[in-house]
Amino acid sequence: MNQTNKPPIQSRKKSHAWTAWFIIIAGTGLLTLIMAFSITVGAAEIPLSSVWDALFRFDAKNTQHLIVVDLRLPRVIASALVGAAFAVAGAIMQGTTRNPMADSGLMGLNAGAGFALSICFALFPDLVYMQIILFSFLGAAFGAALVGGIASLRRGGATPIRLVLAGAAVSALLAALSQGIALYFGVAQDMMFWTAGGVAGSNWEQIRIMAPWILGALLGAITLARSVSLLSLGEDVAKGLGLNTTVGNVLCFLIVLILAGASVSVVGAVGFVGLIIPHLARYFVGVDYRWVIPSSAVLGALLMVLADLGARTLNPPFETPIGALIGLVGVPFFLYLVHKQRMAL
Amino acid sequence: MMNQLQKNEAHKRKIALRNTVIVIGCALLLMLSFIISMNTGYTKLPPSDTLRTLFGGGTTRENLILFDFRLPRIVVSILVGAGLALSGCIIQGVAKNALADPGLLGINAGAGLMVILYVLFFGAHSFLSVFTLPFLALFGAGVTAGIIYALAFKKGEGVAPLRLILTGVAVQAGLSSLTTVLVVKLADTQFDFVTTWQAGSIWASNWKFVLALLPWLLLLTPYVLSKSRVLDVLNLGDDVAHSLGATVERERRRLLAASVALAASCVAVSGSISFVGLIAPHLARRLVGPRHRILLPTCALTGAVLVSAADTIARVVAQPAGIPTGIMVAIIGAPYFLYLLARSRY
Repeated sequence: MNQTNKPPIQSRKKSHAWTAWFIIIAGTGLLTLIMAFSITVGAAEIPLSSVWDALFRFDAKNTQHLIVVDLRLPRVIASALVGAAFAVAGAIMQGTTRNPMADSGLMGLNAGAGFALSICFALFPDLVYMQIILFSFLGAAFGAALVGGIASLRRGGATPIRLVLAGAAVSALLAALSQGIALYFGVAQDMMFWTAGGVAGSNWEQIRIMAPWILGALLGAITLARSVSLLSLGEDVAKGLGLNTTVGNVLCFLIVLILAGASVSVVGAVGFVGLIIPHLARYFVGVDYRWVIPSSAVLGALLMVLADLGARTLNPPFETPIGALIGLVGVPFFLYLVHKQRMAL
Repeated sequence: MMNQLQKNEAHKRKIALRNTVIVIGCALLLMLSFIISMNTGYTKLPPSDTLRTLFGGGTTRENLILFDFRLPRIVVSILVGAGLALSGCIIQGVAKNALADPGLLGINAGAGLMVILYVLFFGAHSFLSVFTLPFLALFGAGVTAGIIYALAFKKGEGVAPLRLILTGVAVQAGLSSLTTVLVVKLADTQFDFVTTWQAGSIWASNWKFVLALLPWLLLLTPYVLSKSRVLDVLNLGDDVAHSLGATVERERRRLLAASVALAASCVAVSGSISFVGLIAPHLARRLVGPRHRILLPTCALTGAVLVSAADTIARVVAQPAGIPTGIMVAIIGAPYFLYLLARSRY
């Protein structure tokens, strides 16, 4: 029995590695192409040659060049970064908590950011854009700290199930508080527009602040991938295989905080990316997180850039809410995958 | 050996006693919240007057306040709490996931979408809404649950928990995306109405809704309680459940149907107070342990206490408009749950 079983597993492993390399390389190529295409289309059509000129022979008096450099480029880059960040954060969350329903929202990040946002809108209505973003990040960090703190209060530290439950409860609490504040002060619709806006208002200043953190955390996630694989086998197995699970969990927690916290504070909660992309990546490359994490990053960036393209072009000059678009496009595809194949965690 | 056995027996008896005490405690708490709730509200009604009115000696005005406004609302909140909690407990058992709640079967999302469509076409305060909205919400919830079940079903394996979860989450996300697209189009007053509905508020409270809700609960609660053993067995996994003689798929389908019926009828009158379905089973589990025979009744009681207490507080805070009950449920339920979580060992 063993003899007959071995070759397929070996070859499946190999084919997973090939698929992963294919996704990473071809995906990155495709991503570049789509980003370039995305810069050329929008409310004003700009030919690729002008885009090229704008990048390498920038002329400050040319309107097209200004549109490309000041509006479209930061937006496209922001979508790619945020998409990758949400997807990887989701993959790490699903791996470490061993729960297919987990994503970064579970760590209280989205609810915390929303809570801070509602306070900003209700009590300090004349904050400038960057200050609001800063407060959102602080709120996200506060939510995560609350979840982590409560989950690890008891001796023995934060087990996945405690983290999940604490996350669900803290999220519900903060979401309820911000809903209450929003309804009481009558700012619910302002908040709605802020969160539905997505990457529309991205600028270079945001990217300068956000990019180093996200890129650093993505690298960190890739180095942690082995630990995530082990943790996804369960706490006991991971310990038995020689992993310091406490350190592993804490590091993963920090990485998710940076990735998702930075993204949430800039574009609001685009929940479905973090949930769907890891499942998609596992469908293609198996359950080894050394492959799942980089593939998730590429696929997440792709999905987000495509969704942003759709958000801008479907109904110009108006924006379609990007989160909604991702949901509408992603859901049928995801359902198809779920139905077709037995998915593993 | 004998000694060990006796010890075990004694331990079992102790646990049974403790659980009985907890259940009785919950029931007393529910009665307390019922009594307090009768006395609180925009118009002050002292306990002595309340009592007098209750036994038929009230003035017309007192009768109106107590029998037409407060009592139906209290009864609805208790029924809704118990129904959603039971429904959540069943779904967590069937899906074998601690994060599952009635929302997983698309009940909130489906009902919410129907409500938004209605508000978009007919406005928030049209004369018919009190009577049509619950039906529409019920319809939306039922259809969505059916779609999720059909999509998650696969010949041979039935509705395996993981596929049920993934399908449920995806359909929910798709519907809420659709909702977002529509919500952006709403006018201010419509938006406030929808937000309040989504936050969960017991707005449809008169005796007709009590009558509409009661049969479901009276019929389904005994049925669900009689299935407590099946739920225990399903928790062990499909294979073990099979070998223990459970017809897994049939039981699962029936339990899910019961859970959908419970939750959908509740959501129809209360808006989406989804948090009860998530938290009440966990609270109950931390109080009495995982065996469904004792867990289910405790769960129904905790849910009822939670919603009726939250509704009372929601009425007192921020008068006269009040804040949505669902928000209050989370504000009082979550800290208590976090406290239990911080104290418990696992």
